[in-house]
Amino acid sequence: MSLKKNILALRQKKAIVEKGGGDKAIEKQLAMGKLTARERILGLLDANSFHEYDLFVEHEEQNFGMASKELPGDGVITGTGTINGAPICIYAQDFTVMGGSLGLKHARKITKIMDHALKMKVPCIGINDSGGARIQEGIGALAGYGEIFYRNTMASGVIPQISVILGPCAGGAVYSPALTDFVFVVENISKMFITGPNVIETVLGEKISQEDLGGARVHAEITGNAHFYALSEAECLEQIKQLIGLIPHNNQLKAPKIEAKKPKSRKSIENIIPADPKQPYDVREIIYTLADESKFLEVQELWAPNIVIGFGRMDGETVGFVANQPMYLAGVLDCDASDKAARFIRFCDAFNIPIITLEDMPGYLPGVDQEHAGVIRHGAKMLYAYSEATVPKITVILRKAYGGGYIAMNSRHLGADFMFAWPSAEIAVMGPEGAANIIFRKEIMEAEDEDAMRQLKVKEYIEKFANPFVAASKGYIDAVIEPLETRDLLLHALEVSKLKDDYRPAKKHGIPPF
Amino acid sequence: MKKETPEFVDFAITARKYKTLLTKKYLNRKPWSEVNPYEIQSSIPGTIIEIFAKEGEIVKEGEPLLILEAMKMMNRIEMPFTARIKKINIAIGDRIPKDSIMIELEQDEK
Repeated sequence: MSLKKNILALRQKKAIVEKGGGDKAIEKQLAMGKLTARERILGLLDANSFHEYDLFVEHEEQNFGMASKELPGDGVITGTGTINGAPICIYAQDFTVMGGSLGLKHARKITKIMDHALKMKVPCIGINDSGGARIQEGIGALAGYGEIFYRNTMASGVIPQISVILGPCAGGAVYSPALTDFVFVVENISKMFITGPNVIETVLGEKISQEDLGGARVHAEITGNAHFYALSEAECLEQIKQLIGLIPHNNQLKAPKIEAKKPKSRKSIENIIPADPKQPYDVREIIYTLADESKFLEVQELWAPNIVIGFGRMDGETVGFVANQPMYLAGVLDCDASDKAARFIRFCDAFNIPIITLEDMPGYLPGVDQEHAGVIRHGAKMLYAYSEATVPKITVILRKAYGGGYIAMNSRHLGADFMFAWPSAEIAVMGPEGAANIIFRKEIMEAEDEDAMRQLKVKEYIEKFANPFVAASKGYIDAVIEPLETRDLLLHALEVSKLKDDYRPAKKHGIPPF
Repeated sequence: MKKETPEFVDFAITARKYKTLLTKKYLNRKPWSEVNPYEIQSSIPGTIIEIFAKEGEIVKEGEPLLILEAMKMMNRIEMPFTARIKKINIAIGDRIPKDSIMIELEQDEK
């Protein structure tokens, strides 16, 4: 009898806390076009799979009138659940409770669930919707952030970490997402910045809106801080589910295998690339002809579009694609493209995902801005990432592979396991025009008709060197293949690479050119 | 067959021009120009607090020209080399963006 009473009391107590900031605050949250923290978790996880912990945690701050303030759950919901059966640790900041502000206990709930994720070796998802540090708690809030960053770093490369920005995420708060593997943003809802528009205006006199400073589109297109961009929260949650299905639970496992399916793309792989090496095409069309069901989850689609990265499946198993995109900036490598590819390669390597590189690039982007932005150290990240990776690494050279870019795009020299080239491949130290101008400078200058001589020499160079056979004759290319054979050969290469065992010298850690 | 034909432009990498699309970031990049030593530029946005220099006067290397408040710091901007103040483009209280030409100098003819 009395137990029943206790149970009813528990239910009542739970119901109150589960309301977060209460009806008025929830109304406000919905009016902003946002879901509540609880709705977000329930929308993301499998039905009835969510279990919440630390529901009754309370803050301990006594100053600034906080002693009498009750903050349900201290403004954050934490728990475990599953996404399509995959085990997940999750937390969601509750904006309806004091603006989702982060105090020490709020942070400790987060670090507790992170510790759990790391111990249980399951992915950790953080939904951010917070006004920032709870100023009343002073240094306690700062300590909280620091403890989260430390755990983000400890968990990096061990379990996948995902940040979802569904509200403001400003000041120190932005560094947790930045340390995680994937950041999801939603148009009009996500706002991320270190210093907000007010501070910028006061200190520097620059006027800018929150949206223009750190809105979803800005981070998806300009800064590269975001990996996935959605137009609504619902779309965002779908993207997360897709990603979770493609990556392993931790670094000791492979991504879950599903039934193998043939590509759906009706395009013939032979007809996608124009014969003229100067004409563009969308390299994703090539990926569609290679990936199971032609499904490709592109990462950082809008940022540095001159390189394409993302996940697909081959024979039911996850692979990472890295491909130059001739559609944008002729597919050159630059600072951003190198950063983008390097981080992705390192994610794939950490989580046992084979990497397929599709190469068609004219070289590095020339320009003072690029040189001064540090294209040397940025470009080096890519060399580092490919060289360091021990997962199966397969390259298909589709067309141009010139100069430093040829080396960078997972060449044999950086440890590629398989190097395939289409007959259209041009593997050379630079483009034929440039090379001919240098090698035959004297002949061209001394000729009666310089232009005619130049064209003759360019033609000569193209015939002799702008092909895959020079590299093949040296064994740098394993096989020159017909485009139609590509998928079968990739499947075979992946099959025979399954037991790949590659060692690196023992070290505390490398020192990549961050 | 393309569904839509985007507007491709010529894009030169070394000696070859490729047809391609340009990114917003590429189009918005700032073209580089040589620094003119006779222009005193703001290296940070801020507010002009004080101006010591006067037009037409010769100022010796190392002497203060103005105070630019930025990031809560009073930055004393000094004369880089001895020269004549040709023009002052700022006034006390002005809020200026980064890279504004605050003062123009000219070589003292004598």
